[in-house]
Amino acid sequence: MTVSQIAVFLENKKGRLSEMTKVLGNAGVDLIALTIADTKEFGIVRFITKDNEKVLSLLKENGYTATRTELLGVEVSDVPGGLHDVLRLLGDGGIEIEYLYSFARTYLKKAVILFKVGDNQKALKILKDGGAALIDNIFE
Amino acid sequence: MKYFNKKIECMDRQSLKELQSVRLVRLVKYVYENVPVYRAKMDAISLKPSDIKGIDDISKLPFTTKQDLRDGYPFGLFASSKKDIVRIHASSGTTGKLTVVGYTKRDVDDWAECCARALVCAGMSKDSVVHVAYGYGLFTGGLGLHYGAEKLGAMTVPASGGNTARQILLLKDFKADALCCTPSYALYIADEMEKAGIKKEELSLKSGLFGAEPWSDNMRVEIENRLGIKAYDIYGLSEISGPGVAMDCSYQDGKHVFEDLFYPEIVDKDTLLPTKFGEEGELVFTTLNKQGMPLIRYRTRDICALTDAPCRCGRTHVRMTRVFGRTDDMLIIRGVNVFPSQIESVLMNNDQAVAPHYFITVDRVNMQDTIEIQVEVNEKSFSDEVKKLEALQKKLEHDLFTMIGISASVKLVSPNSLPRSEGKAKRVVDLRKPLQ
Repeated sequence: MTVSQIAVFLENKKGRLSEMTKVLGNAGVDLIALTIADTKEFGIVRFITKDNEKVLSLLKENGYTATRTELLGVEVSDVPGGLHDVLRLLGDGGIEIEYLYSFARTYLKKAVILFKVGDNQKALKILKDGGAALIDNIFE
Repeated sequence: MKYFNKKIECMDRQSLKELQSVRLVRLVKYVYENVPVYRAKMDAISLKPSDIKGIDDISKLPFTTKQDLRDGYPFGLFASSKKDIVRIHASSGTTGKLTVVGYTKRDVDDWAECCARALVCAGMSKDSVVHVAYGYGLFTGGLGLHYGAEKLGAMTVPASGGNTARQILLLKDFKADALCCTPSYALYIADEMEKAGIKKEELSLKSGLFGAEPWSDNMRVEIENRLGIKAYDIYGLSEISGPGVAMDCSYQDGKHVFEDLFYPEIVDKDTLLPTKFGEEGELVFTTLNKQGMPLIRYRTRDICALTDAPCRCGRTHVRMTRVFGRTDDMLIIRGVNVFPSQIESVLMNNDQAVAPHYFITVDRVNMQDTIEIQVEVNEKSFSDEVKKLEALQKKLEHDLFTMIGISASVKLVSPNSLPRSEGKAKRVVDLRKPLQ
């Protein structure tokens, strides 16, 4: 019940991101969601695609360091307080969140939140017990 | 007080040569009988101690290299037994690669005498206050000057390195006459004084004995102006004893080598044949009077020239120029000797967390040496979390500091982004301007 994400190391230098998106674009990779964590010197580009295995080997062939990570995906109503309801569950359950990002599905009035947590199994149980709408396929 | 030991420092050159000859003959016999490494080296070229009749025969003797010291780690080149050794020093290095030096009581005394002579060269006397801000410990800087200052009878302040605010307080309150540290640290002290709004006039400093790293005349002028002192260059290396192998006199026109104890030669960088005075080449030393770990024709890897022209200060000992460079890849970063191979071994030690590709950039910013090490991130160390990558960076910096003693900034870079080359990879660039 998790969502696979690809993370890529990039130096924080002009042009590095577009070099990578060019590789992905030329190979016809469809990016569903993307976020960048940046420091002064480097950045970690994290994104979701349909075919992770293919994208991983494509990136490696092109000399990138990339890794696959399992995230938790929760669908919430796109209304005020929607995110908080989920965070409260995790907070009360003592789950530490490394990072999260979200994207809206405006046509469904829903939003998807992707979490990286320390302990996926424990967090999954807490979310399930709390009645959160867990998803593992965000492409539907 | 003009000289610490006038008889020796101003000895006429003929008498000095006779003294050197007596000492060399005695030394060669001593090492042949007490150091198997030397016996083997001499036997290999069928040289007998009796073939060495005076100082002019010195070029018949084999060289000693840093590798010999490493091979003999820790005590292989010691000539004295452990009961006579009273002190150990060692140069920075990764485990097993340290170069270890042992001193007998007399060696410590001779070395203290050299540092006392150096302090007098810098205008100090027994009435002076000498602030020693070189590190105390295995590094020779601190204890070397300390013993010299005590031998001179000066009031000695063993401040050691670090805690600059306290250093400035001590310099001011104890009214130090001389400051002993690396030239880059002297400038750092000047910077910190400026920040704290302390004027040079509030200090009583007159002289600085700066060494352990090469520095330029421009830097000398800058230090002299900013601290309101006369800045003297002191030269030394732990293998030979430590600071005080050679020292600037008040004319600052080359450092007098204390030749009664350390016999200097300049050899051609490529052929290793002796050169004439004035010619540039590799500096080689023979420790004429040492007991603990005497060295014969030790190759310093430092490039400079010697002159025997008389000096206006009255000292007769030859003078060496500034060190212009090295014949190996050793870097000197804020006084710490570093070989790129040591950096490599620290990086590689980290559970293959980084690819075996790195690039070292040495620079000088505001007169301070900086060192940046770029390392490639690999599959093993990469994480989707920033904090893990930052922790890796910090760990490498910490390891470099604790194992080699350098404050490097580590930068993570993409795989395959560092230059590769066939054969010997170029992994170091030194952007510091050549010394004048």
